[in-house]
Amino acid sequence: MSQLSERPTNPVVGQEIPHEAAALHVTGRALYTDDLVGRTADVLHAWPVQAPHARATVTALRPEPAYAVDGVVRVLTAADVPGVNDAGVKHDEPLFPTEVMYVGHAVCWVLGETLEAARLGAAAVEVDYDVHPAIVTVREAIAAEAFQGAQPRLERGDVADGLARSAHVVSGEIEFAGQEHFYLETHCSLALVDENGQIFAQSSTQHPSETQEIIAHVLGVPSNEVTVQCLRMGGGFGGKEMQPHGLAAIAALGSTLTGRPVRLRLNRTQDITMTGKRHGFHAEWRVGFDDEGRLQALDATLTADGGWSLDLSEPVLARALCHIDNAYWIPDVRVNGRIARTNKTSQTAFRGFGGPQGMLVIEDILGRCAPLLGLDPAELRRRNFYVDGQSTPYGQTVRHPERLATAWDTVVATGELPRRRAEIEAFNASHEDTKRALAITPVKFGISFNLTAFNQAGALVHVYKDGSVLINHGGTEMGQGLHTKMLQVAATTLGVPLHRVRLAPTRTDKVPNTSATAASSGADLNGGAVKNACEQIRERLAQVAGGSLGVHPGDVRFDDGTVHTLGAAGEQIAWDDLVELAYFQRVQLWAAGFYRTEGLHWDSSRMQGSPFKYFAYGVAATEVEVDGFTGAYRTLRVDIVHDVGDSLSPLVDIGQIEGGFVQGAGWLTLEDLRWDESDGATRGRLATQSASTYKLPSFSEMPEVFNVSLLEHAHEEGAVYGSKAVGEPPLMLAFSVREALRQAAAAFGPEGTSVDLASPATPEAVYWAVESARGQHADDRVPEHAASAGMTLGDDAPAPEQPSGDAPRMRPDSEQVSAGVTAGAGR
Amino acid sequence: MASSTTAPTPSVTVNGERFGLDDVPAWTTALDLIRSRGLTGAKEGCAEGECGACSILVARPDIGTGGTGGTPEGTTWTAVNACLVPAASLDGQEVVTAEGLGTPSQLHPVQRELAVRGGSQCGYCTPGFACSMAAEYYRPGRCSGAAGHEEAPTATESELGAAHEHGPNGFDLHALSGNLCRCTGYRPIRDAAYALGEPSESDVLAARRGQPAPAAVATRVSGPSGGYARAADLADVFALMAEHPGAVLVAGSTDWGVEVNLRGVRAPQVIGIDRVEELRGLEVGDASIEIGAALTLSEVESRLAGRVPLLGQVFPQFASRLIRNGATIGGNLGTGSPIGDLPPALLALEAGVVLASPRGEREVPLADYFTGYRQTVRAADEVIRAVRVPVPLASISAFHKIAKRRFDDISSVAVGFAVTVEDGTVRRARIGLGGVAATPIRARATEAALEGRAWTKEVVREAAAVMRREGTPLDDHRASAVYRSTMLGTALLKLHTQHATQEEVGA
Repeated sequence: MSQLSERPTNPVVGQEIPHEAAALHVTGRALYTDDLVGRTADVLHAWPVQAPHARATVTALRPEPAYAVDGVVRVLTAADVPGVNDAGVKHDEPLFPTEVMYVGHAVCWVLGETLEAARLGAAAVEVDYDVHPAIVTVREAIAAEAFQGAQPRLERGDVADGLARSAHVVSGEIEFAGQEHFYLETHCSLALVDENGQIFAQSSTQHPSETQEIIAHVLGVPSNEVTVQCLRMGGGFGGKEMQPHGLAAIAALGSTLTGRPVRLRLNRTQDITMTGKRHGFHAEWRVGFDDEGRLQALDATLTADGGWSLDLSEPVLARALCHIDNAYWIPDVRVNGRIARTNKTSQTAFRGFGGPQGMLVIEDILGRCAPLLGLDPAELRRRNFYVDGQSTPYGQTVRHPERLATAWDTVVATGELPRRRAEIEAFNASHEDTKRALAITPVKFGISFNLTAFNQAGALVHVYKDGSVLINHGGTEMGQGLHTKMLQVAATTLGVPLHRVRLAPTRTDKVPNTSATAASSGADLNGGAVKNACEQIRERLAQVAGGSLGVHPGDVRFDDGTVHTLGAAGEQIAWDDLVELAYFQRVQLWAAGFYRTEGLHWDSSRMQGSPFKYFAYGVAATEVEVDGFTGAYRTLRVDIVHDVGDSLSPLVDIGQIEGGFVQGAGWLTLEDLRWDESDGATRGRLATQSASTYKLPSFSEMPEVFNVSLLEHAHEEGAVYGSKAVGEPPLMLAFSVREALRQAAAAFGPEGTSVDLASPATPEAVYWAVESARGQHADDRVPEHAASAGMTLGDDAPAPEQPSGDAPRMRPDSEQVSAGVTAGAGR
Repeated sequence: MASSTTAPTPSVTVNGERFGLDDVPAWTTALDLIRSRGLTGAKEGCAEGECGACSILVARPDIGTGGTGGTPEGTTWTAVNACLVPAASLDGQEVVTAEGLGTPSQLHPVQRELAVRGGSQCGYCTPGFACSMAAEYYRPGRCSGAAGHEEAPTATESELGAAHEHGPNGFDLHALSGNLCRCTGYRPIRDAAYALGEPSESDVLAARRGQPAPAAVATRVSGPSGGYARAADLADVFALMAEHPGAVLVAGSTDWGVEVNLRGVRAPQVIGIDRVEELRGLEVGDASIEIGAALTLSEVESRLAGRVPLLGQVFPQFASRLIRNGATIGGNLGTGSPIGDLPPALLALEAGVVLASPRGEREVPLADYFTGYRQTVRAADEVIRAVRVPVPLASISAFHKIAKRRFDDISSVAVGFAVTVEDGTVRRARIGLGGVAATPIRARATEAALEGRAWTKEVVREAAAVMRREGTPLDDHRASAVYRSTMLGTALLKLHTQHATQEEVGA
């Protein structure tokens, strides 16, 4: 047990407590950024002018007619930008563009006394466009060789050798969709200027420091003139890691120009049409298995649909490459990655950050190949698990692979899989029009930012004279329970009751230079920093207590508001009294904490190293029922065992697992982004741009039986109080839903049927899979969206397309960090 | 009904506090109003009634369960989407928001269960969930698990997994079908709902149910950006229509609110008709059942109490409870949408549309009512007063909705079946289709292929092939044309599979 991971007696971490703001949530008292508008005087409202073309040049922009609209105060254009006209860190995202790159691209913004005035003003702005041809699909981009950014390659061994020694070689292709974040709270910023000309921006942002930096560079001022605060977010999921910056900069710019507070809140349609989403991917692959179904080689080319600018596409792609192995040992690997440039929103971070896309490829391969190998898919998966001593294709040793096996065996046992499989077999034999299936899939997910520099965090902890404690840290709260965990960490480290600790909103003037609350790392990093700050205070207080109690400071213990010496009959002093005593002895009662994750290294140009502190593991088994008439399905039962280390906060962690699973199931089955791919005037328009057309899971998608438990004996030495990150990994447990649907569709056909299933597996897609299994449909009838691409077996299996020799590599970390005006856009 | 002695200043009572409405533009939603007065618990998540983050409670007349008439004496706390309801339409009404249910130190039972069970993560959807859940908490007769919102016959019940959608405390999960949560995966919210007990003796909102709901007020709000007028009675509707040609008639505002919010439509005049008594009758006669056009679908569902099994199958699949608490049959027909869920069912039921005007009343068969995309035979001076469903009903009826999501989605294809099988022969077949043409249509070729023939798998297969060719479906983001066509055929096959016993009876 390490100093970082060891828990004292009676720790507050590990207690099952509700979200720290639950009482505020349920009573409507919890404040989000837009709730502050009514509490702020003289607010102006912003509304964008959105371009109707996927690709065009703005040849003229006439704001004058907007000023004729009653209540319009100001039209913001590129001419107003005193600093850098860019919303990102890559300098490829003009804040006020002259080149329209996607339908809905905002070309200017109107400020009005009311939202209605701003809306009408925006409608009055006249814009002339010179329209150009656009690339909408990833296949079009591949054909046109329209790529952007690096084209990394992850390679180990010799793929040709591996394929040559394989008994079975299969190749195939798949294209799968992205996902809209659909955080319930859309993007919002409220900016104002104080008496000194300093900007105070409240923003719904996962990355306040970068929001601050972008505001500063747009305004052409140093960072110390800008403060960003995030009270909380109504959901983030990665969608507020990069996307808030430009919007906050617009609000800040408007505020500096008018001297009034400016509110910029996107409505749902604006949010969906303007901001980035999970990347859809295209993948070509060739895989080899030995006679027993053991993976020998994988050769794959992954193309991420990056949208119009880079944003976080490079690190997303890197994580996809680093997760194509998921839980499986593959001796010879070659994976090429590239990023298509399409005229769509600039795709960005989304829970899993490329990991889900990489893992989908291998899980799809195994699901499709199992029947060809004559193996049960569960057996095929289990047989290929990593074992002790093996390492990933990027060279990191897989630590604790036995935990995956334990989780798997536990799910098999507690989920009563053998009995239920027999029941399913009997059910299917007696039901012609309805079939059930049960699939079990694993998750192995690397924890830490791929880009090593981001693995640092800060905290600021105050102990006031009355013994009450106030903590600040660099992480943001988006519902994931980070603040709850941080309160528990502080109470544990200081040995005080939880109610003595309060947490103040995240602000860049309290803790500077923070990393995004992302990569599941919030609790690991900020927890380390909070713990460090608390330990500094505790050590100082131990000196005071030791003196007062007449013992060595090392023999002082802090426990539930009492400070005592070792031993049952030891002397003790109340926390409050000790704090007061320390104050009068002029002992510093606050501290700044810092944490850096030790032991990480990563060479992004070679795609080799040990970028992850540890792996989070999980296993899910899902049973579904498919209606053969319609393809509609229900999720009957889900059993999950997931590894969160020693949980900091079990109720929070269970919530993350369940919520992540359902969100993943939404991505894989229901959520259906449809872009207009026609050649008509609306080409490139997102057809699903509202809640009525883009459907996320509702109560009807909740598994009817949902059993989630935490892996036991899961202590993690490398993280705060033995815990593990939990935000992203559970999303990928949802592959069990997709694989169960595949197997249920196959059950409509003869034994050994291999089924290609589109993603998302909507009822329509499942229906076509069922028809395919029945051997009844003519391929030409199946619409392109509902079909999965085919597969080839044996020696004829084609190799995936290989990038040209001069394809750009990922730049090394050091260059990425020093590039541009800020250290951003890594991960 | 309303008296003409309207308070001079329109106002709504929210959590016991009066908010004036006279300086509010007519298109302002209830959500914007209450948020502007500092009650920011209700949120805008989608502005089209899909997410429920804006759910609030409104005191509505209690129409009881299973009754077909009578004077309401009590109050039902009814959850609605505040983002869709015009603020002016709440003149004289009582509203409770999440802030009014409880405080952090004195949580309401639904709030307590949500909080301690992990029912909130980011918390943004939570106040809306609390209100929707509170409405079901206070639903009369909930614990008995009886009546009210029971679903259609058992054949579809197992299919809908209905057994999993009611708690041991009688809580109907459909009460939350219009609320979306992106964080939790719903399990803890369900557990919170199913853990609720009965309201205590001292619960003021429970006690409020024993008193009459506020009467409707003959509201007149007008300003430079348009006016809102609530009609006192049918004559007042006609007078207002004559006074404001082109005025928009609005009942639950579940469609109009979307126009206002998402498409920025601003009407010079809106006429509220949702509390007009002449439009709110429900009469069970010997030849037909007449259903008032301005009854909410929740009211129709409750008052029909399963008398029309086909409609009983539609209601749980029609949008969400939040929407059904506002939406009306008149509205669903009035918009003329080709993808409304009621027309296919009403077409199968051979319903007639009763159109009223100062010139008198006429009944038009629904099959003749639609004339084109969002166009109908309704004249400019006419109001949909009711629909009439002829009785006796067919022996077999079913509503098949094909959509991506089982709760609260718009149909790709909707099919209403009303088939009478006697002695193994199809005596009568009426099939209504939605989503396959510019208007809802009857599947007349399929009906002809069935009628007079044996109710056998072979005949049904032949008829299914005919049915696949009905209509002219399109490709769109909901479904492909070929899937839509295919689903028409499989719907008939599925119907037969589920009702094959009729074949045995006759054989």
